[in-house]
Amino acid sequence: MPIDKIFKDDASEEKGERARMASFIGAMAVADLVKSTLGPKGMDKILQSTGRGHSVTVTNDGATILKSLHIDNPAAKVLVDISKVQDDEVGDGTTSVVVLAGELLREAEKLVTSKIHPMTIIAGYRMAAECARDALLKRVIDNKENAEKFRSDLMKIAMTTLCSKILSQDKEHFAEMAVDAVFRLKGSTNLEAIQIIKKPGGSLRDSFLDEGFILDKKIGIGQPKRIENAKILVANTAMDTDKVKIYGARVRVDSMAKVAQIEGAEKEKMKDKVNKILAHGINCFVNRQLIYNFPEELFADAGVLAIEHADFEGIERLGLVTGGEIASTFDNPESVKLGHCKLIEEIMIGEDKLIHFSGVEMGQACSIVLRGASHHVLDEAERSLHDALCVLSQTVNDSRVLLGGGWPEMVMAKEVDELARKTAGKKSHAIEAFSRALVAIPTTIADNAGLDSAELVAQLRAEHHNEGCNAGIDVISGAVGDMEERGIYEAFKVKQAVLLSATEAAEMILRVDEIITCAPRRREDRM
Amino acid sequence: MALAFDEFGRPFIILREQDQKTRLRGIDAQKANIAAGKAVARILRSSLGPKGMDKMLQGPDGDVTISNDGATILEQMDVDNQIAKLMVELSRSQDYEIGDGTTGVVVMAGALLEQAERQLDRGIHPIRIAEGYEMASRVAVEHLERIAQKFEFDVDNYEPLVQTCMTTLSSKIVNRCKRSLAEIAVKAVLAVADLERRDVNLDLIKVEGKVGGKLEDTELIYGILVDKDMSHPQMPKQIEDAHIAILTCPFEPPKPKTKHKVDIDTVEKFETLRKQEQQYFDEMVQKCKDVGATLVICQWGFDDEANHLLMHRNLPAVRWVGGVELELIAIATGGRIVPRFQELTPEKLGKAGMVREKSFGTTKERMLYIEHCANSKAVTIFIRGGNKMMIEETKRSIHDALCVARNLIRNNSIVYGGGAAEITCSLAVDAAADKYPGVEQYAIRAFAEALDSVPMALAENSGLQPIETLSAVKSQQIKENIPFYGIDCNDVGTNDMREQNVFETLIGKQQQILLATQVVKMILKIDDVISNSEY
Repeated sequence: MPIDKIFKDDASEEKGERARMASFIGAMAVADLVKSTLGPKGMDKILQSTGRGHSVTVTNDGATILKSLHIDNPAAKVLVDISKVQDDEVGDGTTSVVVLAGELLREAEKLVTSKIHPMTIIAGYRMAAECARDALLKRVIDNKENAEKFRSDLMKIAMTTLCSKILSQDKEHFAEMAVDAVFRLKGSTNLEAIQIIKKPGGSLRDSFLDEGFILDKKIGIGQPKRIENAKILVANTAMDTDKVKIYGARVRVDSMAKVAQIEGAEKEKMKDKVNKILAHGINCFVNRQLIYNFPEELFADAGVLAIEHADFEGIERLGLVTGGEIASTFDNPESVKLGHCKLIEEIMIGEDKLIHFSGVEMGQACSIVLRGASHHVLDEAERSLHDALCVLSQTVNDSRVLLGGGWPEMVMAKEVDELARKTAGKKSHAIEAFSRALVAIPTTIADNAGLDSAELVAQLRAEHHNEGCNAGIDVISGAVGDMEERGIYEAFKVKQAVLLSATEAAEMILRVDEIITCAPRRREDRM
Repeated sequence: MALAFDEFGRPFIILREQDQKTRLRGIDAQKANIAAGKAVARILRSSLGPKGMDKMLQGPDGDVTISNDGATILEQMDVDNQIAKLMVELSRSQDYEIGDGTTGVVVMAGALLEQAERQLDRGIHPIRIAEGYEMASRVAVEHLERIAQKFEFDVDNYEPLVQTCMTTLSSKIVNRCKRSLAEIAVKAVLAVADLERRDVNLDLIKVEGKVGGKLEDTELIYGILVDKDMSHPQMPKQIEDAHIAILTCPFEPPKPKTKHKVDIDTVEKFETLRKQEQQYFDEMVQKCKDVGATLVICQWGFDDEANHLLMHRNLPAVRWVGGVELELIAIATGGRIVPRFQELTPEKLGKAGMVREKSFGTTKERMLYIEHCANSKAVTIFIRGGNKMMIEETKRSIHDALCVARNLIRNNSIVYGGGAAEITCSLAVDAAADKYPGVEQYAIRAFAEALDSVPMALAENSGLQPIETLSAVKSQQIKENIPFYGIDCNDVGTNDMREQNVFETLIGKQQQILLATQVVKMILKIDDVISNSEY
């Protein structure tokens, strides 16, 4: 009697070795895909969407690449997931985490073929990861106390992050911008307060950080274009037809005259509202919702600058910057906190007019205006800057830093190697494999830069035999060099996250011995 | 199929469209059913024990689940076969009742079926096999009762509980920090347990997960965690000594249930309506303020105007809080859920020592911590982890651990794990078999052999020689007449489960044996399978 099918028609089941191979191959394929983007000389990828317009993205950011892929292999999905999490949590190292996980699996595959049980490999990897983390902790540098040094640390981290991106030509300029912006946040990690405005035209070098606040809106017609000592009311209220909110209310009239009356009353109501708003003694009014022509006209008459339809974040930021409260009712003008700024004016960036608020009270928020040749450049610049900002804001909270350029990997590999020698049992093979996987990262960086990786990594390993060595790969000169002198720094938090999530993901995939794919849900054909 | 005829010689139709249906009868039906049941059990067999492997499941929408929990695997597997569905049910009912041992119960049922097949080949009638199993299961359960040991613990000395939870967690992916997770689970259960009634309401323990951080950051919060933020960005992020108004009415103009219309036909009416509207908002906020609330938690949304008024009067508020969370908040803070503004009174306010908003990572993720509540009988376990699948799996593992802790509080008898309980039962059943006259004797012996398959699977998954190990342990148990020798899965060097601290709950084990026997009995009794054939 043959076993009846226990699954539905399209479902599939893969067992034991086959399942393991399928997941290894899938995961390694994903890792190889992003591998070539690693490091300062990494290459970019072009992503073309299948949606309408076939929009094109050019990027070097691991998370962005993986997010846009349609992947069917379940193990590969795990890797995509960890890179996404890395992006959310620390913002950078999205490529490294996938490459490291891929290398760990590649090593694991070799061990599995030589008949070592996955559970033993996992146990070894765990010990190795723990040991690697301790090794990093021993070598961290913390300059929190010394503000000046800390700032230079941040600058170096920003430059290291940016040097692998499209912004590498102007990395000092952008690093300066990013560090300034993050210092303004005063320890908060909410990057929403930093507004990035992209305007095509000019060159990347023309990008600048504005201490004030820039709103991508136009000033209404007939209203003043420049206000000094502005008092700003930030509001979220309906300025179109202020509808009656009581449920079930409707207008029922029997003659044209009455329509006119009610219309008049409505107008009167709007006028009232505008007058109430004006009673705050303001000369600038920013609303989140639409402002219809009629109230706009009233504002213009009163010489008040009215800005409509600012998006929600814009409003929130404006509230944050000017110190005003976001108002929705206007009956108590004396107790509403108004925002202040020294000067509001219309400025031109490229061809667009923007509203610029300068001399604001609280400096938490700021705007970065990116200029560049095309939308693709700007998008990629924004992503790169976002990475840098994320890393910096995390580093402000956790100020421990490490050297970069493959230095941390070599330090870890050395410690892990030592552990392998001390450990008895089959686990030591796995620990050794872990150290090989770690070394794969500097190897990849060197390979991507077109250098002789075998030679360089061997040199590096020899250098690292000495205690307290600062050697790493200097891609620019193509040789092993002192990372401290070259100023290549990375945040400890990023490295730690890379190490731990890569190990976790590898462990997860290793533990699997069976893949069951359910029948895909049938979708109605909408053709 | 035989046709039945009525008195006029016309055929009755017993089975409609007979020729379109496939039908299996008699021994074939039983064999087919057993094969299907075994197939399911075989999938789970390799997940058993601390060295068990995980399964990766890709759902119908392409989402990936990685799990080691029997109930979850079977649930997600989306099986099509009827008997396989029975096995899924079996694991689910173990999950509902006990919460742990969901893999073990299926493996056990699979082994019973395998043995039954052998007896069928010998020509023993399925009902006799079923009856034999029934008797054997009774013997096993009684034996477990006899060897069970009482487990003394109290609120201050919860170490034994932690040990048991660790046994459960050690087979999961989270075993890296099983110690801390077990402690969290036990503390959570003890916090909400009613030790006098020996009952634990697991609903009071909320398990929240957020991607990011590491597993070690998982924490137990004596309070409630809500995945929401303040309704207005400029409201204070931290409130000490909060008096909380818990509302289920929206900050919006009232909507009477009866259908009605307000007709506006004159300017005066328009004006009065406008005034009325403003008054509504004002009154609502004023009422909350009057009773002394310093925080408003609302199930519904706010109107922009109301939101601003709240902000203006310095009354922080949270909107769109789910019903379950609202209840938990009410329990934790000792407040009452108020459905109408008119019914707000100072006594109905909940109290919490500290309410704060905390942001995570680089994205705009914020959560609200409500801590130091008036009534501490509601806790939250907040899980952090590298990725979504990890969090989900941790949630399931924590759930298992919570269930085990709860079971121990309900009934503090334990048996020894690592297959020790199964081996001793197997010995007891085997010994009892000889006392039964009649054919059942064979079935009872078969049951004893089936019991052996759990420790065998454990040994196999741990990379030990299954038969050698099992027979060594068995002989050791008989020689020393001690029921706590089991399989040394972790290669510690001793197979004394007492020393290794591997415990399982008595009710969990008993339930496993009873449920598995029941399902197997049900499957054996089927002798006719009629199914719609493939079209």
